[in-house]
Amino acid sequence: MPLPYSEIVMEHFRNPRNVGRIEDADAKAVEGSPACGDMVAVYLKVDPETHVITDIKFESYGCASNIATGSIITELAKGKTLEEAKKITWKQASEALGGLPPLKVHCSVLAVDALRAAIENYEERHGLVKEREPTTVEFVRKRLKHVMNPLVGLDIVRTKLVKEIEVKDGVVRVVLDIPPDHMFAPTMKEDIEEKLRHRWDVKQVIVEFAG
Amino acid sequence: MYENLIYLDNAAATRMDERVLEAMKPYFFDVYAVATSQFGYSIGLDAREALDNARARIASALGAEPEEFIFTSGDTESSNLAIKGVALALGDKKGRHIITTPIEDFPVLHSVRTLERQGFRVTYVRVDETGRVDLDHLRESITPETILVSIQTANQEIGTLQDIRAIGEICREKGVLFHTDATHAFMRVPIDVREVPVDLITVSAHTIHGPKGIGGLYIRKGTPIKKIMDGGFQEFDFRPGLENIPGAVGFAKAVELVTPEETARLQRMRDRLLERLLNEIPHTRLNGHPVHRLPQNANVSFRFIEGESLLLHLDMRGIAVSTGSACFSRSLEASHVILGIGGDHERAHGSIRFTFGRYNKEEEVDIVVEAVKEIVHELRRISPLGKD
Repeated sequence: MPLPYSEIVMEHFRNPRNVGRIEDADAKAVEGSPACGDMVAVYLKVDPETHVITDIKFESYGCASNIATGSIITELAKGKTLEEAKKITWKQASEALGGLPPLKVHCSVLAVDALRAAIENYEERHGLVKEREPTTVEFVRKRLKHVMNPLVGLDIVRTKLVKEIEVKDGVVRVVLDIPPDHMFAPTMKEDIEEKLRHRWDVKQVIVEFAG
Repeated sequence: MYENLIYLDNAAATRMDERVLEAMKPYFFDVYAVATSQFGYSIGLDAREALDNARARIASALGAEPEEFIFTSGDTESSNLAIKGVALALGDKKGRHIITTPIEDFPVLHSVRTLERQGFRVTYVRVDETGRVDLDHLRESITPETILVSIQTANQEIGTLQDIRAIGEICREKGVLFHTDATHAFMRVPIDVREVPVDLITVSAHTIHGPKGIGGLYIRKGTPIKKIMDGGFQEFDFRPGLENIPGAVGFAKAVELVTPEETARLQRMRDRLLERLLNEIPHTRLNGHPVHRLPQNANVSFRFIEGESLLLHLDMRGIAVSTGSACFSRSLEASHVILGIGGDHERAHGSIRFTFGRYNKEEEVDIVVEAVKEIVHELRRISPLGKD
């Protein structure tokens, strides 16, 4: 039986492009943490006039799909303007890699998130952000579209696992429609917390299971 | 097909020995009958004799009587039968409390969880950072309602050996049954039921170059236990079903082929591997106990890198190992063993298990060390961690 990874994934895993740090980066972002498993860092050099990404590098502490997605995302973003690069989706990255195994989606989403976070970081540093977006129920729902249901490889919003979202006084409460002893309950809980707890107006993230 | 493969996942499954296959063959093609009673036909009597001989051979390796050993389909079934069978026999009579450890393999862990959902109380006795059981905590945890203590002989991932004699003596003193999962220890470390007070032992052929799908359970004479599957009266009425005679014969042959000299050879290879990995690669640590560990097991965490990446790179070089990384598991959960001995996700994430077997050669050790060194170096170059 062949490996569950496409040849393109394996090629990027073996020879990842644009690996390393940019010491005088104009912006950078790290997504994930050693505690939750995978981690991706993205560094950007941006032309101040045209806002074109002139150089991009990444680092990965993760599995094959994490490394390969980090690699492909740097190739996709290089030479694009910030506005264009911001629109790169996980789906595009996955297609460019010839597909990713469903179970591995959550490891690969991190790289896409890190690219976006690095761009936002640049925009914040260079006064390109008009207003800081408050964390609303709608915002939380949007973020949860990046949390995967590993059983099917689709996000937890689309697979209707999110039963309830509540945002009150900086406390975000998310109720999932799965039992607490579900095999992926701890993974999803960590993922959700990771996606929201660093928000400027979020004090606490509570994930509950009501399945 | 895998000519130059260096296979270091012998804890998961071993290559079967050709001599085992030769021993099994007649029981597929010549003596294929059911093992009949003593009043049956000749071919059935020959099948019966083969089964009895295999049973006696394996029982004697444990210092047990033949009628104290039954065949099962493997260690999963053996542990299920031991735990649920005792619960069925004593749950209503004596009590509904079971003691185990948080680092058991899944057959034990998930059997007690099933009982927990049915109202049994389970105590997970503390283990230290090497995985050794806290004997004082075990002693304190035993109550008049306790019906069974299930503690493994050796850990499946980190190889830590428990002091099963001391554990058995505590259980004996308190009048509680003691089951041990010896799947990974059987034939590699001595276990003698005449010296160790243990009532139930899980063993399997797949870890000692025997066939898959055959294992066994030692049941000390007089142990209160009920069968958990219904059917005929085979295996002293503990385990119904047509006997797997080729499997039993193969298991017995596999037992016969393991020697102390061979185990010493595996240990020398393991020792050299560990010594080189820990001395030559920075930011590595041994998981498990430095002395009280299975002779064929090494388990090392490499900081700042993820295990599945290392495993895949090794596979591309024809080396097969295992990892406790969440990325590698079907449930995306990090090794419960590394977490159970107080390790964090990061340590589980970068953990690699190397387990040796009969077909490993001495020269493979240095090849593996060099490969691991190169790959770890490369993955650390990519990693955002460990550079400041």
